[in-house]
Amino acid sequence: MFIPNTEAERDEMLQKIGLSRIEDLFSDVPKEIRYPNLNLPEAVSEMEALQNLKDLAIANDSTDDLICFLGAGAYNHYIPAAVDAIITRGEFLTAYTPYQPEVSQGTLQAIFEYQSLIASITGMDVSNASHYDGATAAAEACVLAYHHFRSKRKKFVLSRYLHPHYRETIKTYFQGYEKIQITGDGAVDGLQANEDLLKLVDYDTAIVYIQYPDFLGRIHDFKAFAEQVHAVGAILAVSVNPLALGLIKPPSEFDADIVTGEGQPLGIPLSYGGPYLGLFATKNQFIRKLSGRLVGETVDNKGNKGYVLTLTAREQHIRRERATSNICTNQGLIALTSTVYMSLLGKHGLKQVAKLNYNKAHYAADQISKLKGFEVVNFGAFFNEFVVRTPKPVSELNSLLLDYDILGGYDLSNDYPELENHMLLAVTEMNTKDDIDYLVEILQEVTND
Amino acid sequence: MSNPSNFKFTKTDEWVSVEGNVATIGVSDYAQSQLSDIVYLEFLVEPGDEFSKGDSLVTLESVKAAADVSSPVSGKVVEINEALTDDFEAVNADPFGRAWMVKVELSDPSELDSLMSADAYTTYCEERDH
Repeated sequence: MFIPNTEAERDEMLQKIGLSRIEDLFSDVPKEIRYPNLNLPEAVSEMEALQNLKDLAIANDSTDDLICFLGAGAYNHYIPAAVDAIITRGEFLTAYTPYQPEVSQGTLQAIFEYQSLIASITGMDVSNASHYDGATAAAEACVLAYHHFRSKRKKFVLSRYLHPHYRETIKTYFQGYEKIQITGDGAVDGLQANEDLLKLVDYDTAIVYIQYPDFLGRIHDFKAFAEQVHAVGAILAVSVNPLALGLIKPPSEFDADIVTGEGQPLGIPLSYGGPYLGLFATKNQFIRKLSGRLVGETVDNKGNKGYVLTLTAREQHIRRERATSNICTNQGLIALTSTVYMSLLGKHGLKQVAKLNYNKAHYAADQISKLKGFEVVNFGAFFNEFVVRTPKPVSELNSLLLDYDILGGYDLSNDYPELENHMLLAVTEMNTKDDIDYLVEILQEVTND
Repeated sequence: MSNPSNFKFTKTDEWVSVEGNVATIGVSDYAQSQLSDIVYLEFLVEPGDEFSKGDSLVTLESVKAAADVSSPVSGKVVEINEALTDDFEAVNADPFGRAWMVKVELSDPSELDSLMSADAYTTYCEERDH
């Protein structure tokens, strides 16, 4: 369809393969579904189509219209105007992941800077050029671990507080691998302790996956945990919120082997769930097994600095069916977005944003804990998200809050039946003190039966 | 470099040298010259592993390509040449000596009969060069 051809050319091609009509090509597709009736409305003009789309867009309430306390993996952060101005330059906006890499020096340099920044904030030795999102990055980490042990270790131990979507994606990736056992994230009474997770870790374990801060917002010190994982030779993978790393110590400090994460908090708009950014960084030990693209800095034969795709023998266009990963692309423009964001903020700016998130979330938690009927659960160390036990079902509470233009927190009972009436609230630098006080006031009002 | 007359060879350019019931496996001079400079070598087996003829024992990466070393025979790994992981240049410099890769205990010595002699392999390499 993409290559125009004439009737005569089509006939010639059909004759060559011994068919008489194009329809014969589809003979394996059952007749009744070959040309489905799609039940589409009448075609409209461009002007009408635009108006229809505008009408739909107006019906949305965005984070510009509402005060947002919803997080659970994607967060409402301020994005400096310069980010958009830079990334919409044609040279960046239209470039795809480099397939003729060395002529795309600008793109390669941007990726190299991205890799350097991610390696720096995670404390790891090396970062790849990025994946699609936090979920696919987590799945790729499991693929790496599986191949690292040459499929001899068959157990993946996932924390119950690794993002539910990431766990689902890992399980999807490993459908059809008969002997793989994915465990650790099953239902529990109350809260799962890290010690309980460790009990599942043995010499058959390829990878142990934790999240930091975890899905409930909590920050744990995983030092002793990591030692026990390493004692049986398993790989420790950690999914992070990169913004939190502006404040809390990087996973390298407790000897994580692989760090992945959702890069959305780094200057990427919520955009109804994507496109986002998959962070993926490891220790040097795993550099040959790193999935995806990798850009290196070198010099040409005249001594000028230049950038190249490096260690490409890992990739499927060279290793073919023996490649351990089939990712040959990256999230180029979005990786650039995060690079521009991090560069604009700098080391101190990142720390400052992280601190604002931390302080505001802790103020909100303090205020909510004073409300009758509400309880801040597990009031230990947390970053910008925390769990509140509510006097009403969360879905009911959220629809009441919406009447007051408040987008309430995440209903944890969606994924954790044991956490009925538990709301996960996120507070970012976008929430003013007035916003938080207003939330507290309205929570009181709508539960004051 | 001529192919040692007491070695046997595969069509995929591995060599085997047999002593008693133990076979030593590596890749030929022709293989290393086709791959050019080796930059990485990783063992896919460890001592004690049992494997069948055709299974991958080692993966090699050169500046030009990645290749797996398939086993010409079935058996059990007795020893691997661990030093090669760092000294991978040996594959280019001394493919029939220092760069031996795996020693295996043969489970079916009759498999050796289907391999090529040095002379047959030399002819086979020459044919491919034309």
